[in-house]
Amino acid sequence: MSAIKSLEDLKKVREEALQKRKARETTGHTQVVVGMGTCGIAAGARETMKAILDTIEEQSLSDIIVTQTGCIGLCEWEPIVEVSVGGSPKVTYGKVSPDKARQIVEQHVKKGETVTELVIPA
Amino acid sequence: MREIALHILDIAENSVTAGAHSIEIGVEEDLPNDRLRVLIQDDGRGMDDQLLALVANPFTTSRTTRKVGLGIPLFKAAAEACEGHLLIRSKPGQGTSVDVEFQRSHIDRMPLGDLAGTWRILLIGFPDIHWLFRYRALICAGVDAVEFLFDSEPIKRELGEVPLTEPSVLAFIREMLQEGVKEIQDPISQHE
Repeated sequence: MSAIKSLEDLKKVREEALQKRKARETTGHTQVVVGMGTCGIAAGARETMKAILDTIEEQSLSDIIVTQTGCIGLCEWEPIVEVSVGGSPKVTYGKVSPDKARQIVEQHVKKGETVTELVIPA
Repeated sequence: MREIALHILDIAENSVTAGAHSIEIGVEEDLPNDRLRVLIQDDGRGMDDQLLALVANPFTTSRTTRKVGLGIPLFKAAAEACEGHLLIRSKPGQGTSVDVEFQRSHIDRMPLGDLAGTWRILLIGFPDIHWLFRYRALICAGVDAVEFLFDSEPIKRELGEVPLTEPSVLAFIREMLQEGVKEIQDPISQHE
């Protein structure tokens, strides 16, 4: 049997994270919200959020908060992802597959450039 | 929805919407009795009998109660198609519990699916909720069940001001949940 991760391991993770935190300047923080109502889940929102978390993990991107919300009434556009970087107004993306989610992280979250073709038209 | 884990995700989202502070999700694979059980229990605002009746029969709802949605009836239909059931117990102010059972070997029983992945995004997506994840298996009669229990609170206490979305923390949580689920699924597949 493999050893299950313990709180001791977590202590190390925490200390390393705090050291990194001290070392870098705080960039404005980025918020990513994934729609996770029944409509979103049925459209694949779990895989979309998974792709976002995996990208953050793989590329060690800090200061990004990823949360969820319920149905926002645009069910036909699910999976829906909202991104706001620093103080800028939030951008709402629709039909975000895992691949498109990775593209949004690359372009919007990392570089601050809106992925125009994925934005839900007003 | 093609996985029990996706239904679990959906029901847990209802608990969050109901203002729960603490949500427990239990999955039990009972091989000797050929049952698969899911229990989702929250301390949210609960429902009165009138709303409870609507939840069971969504097509009688008006648009104003739309947020009850189709999640529960879908899960209920899936369970009932497999010699199982879905029962909701709820009282205003006393939270809600959803108790689901399937015949485990039923030909129509959808796979459990990615339980670790579902738990991970619930924990990350709702960091203020106290999550309790339990996965247990009874492999054969007369032998103790194997169990994996994950409690979000010791982890959040240990992390302090470090957020769950810190990359190294994400990796830690992903591995912890994956390993925990694997510890239960390995003996099941060895037995089958």
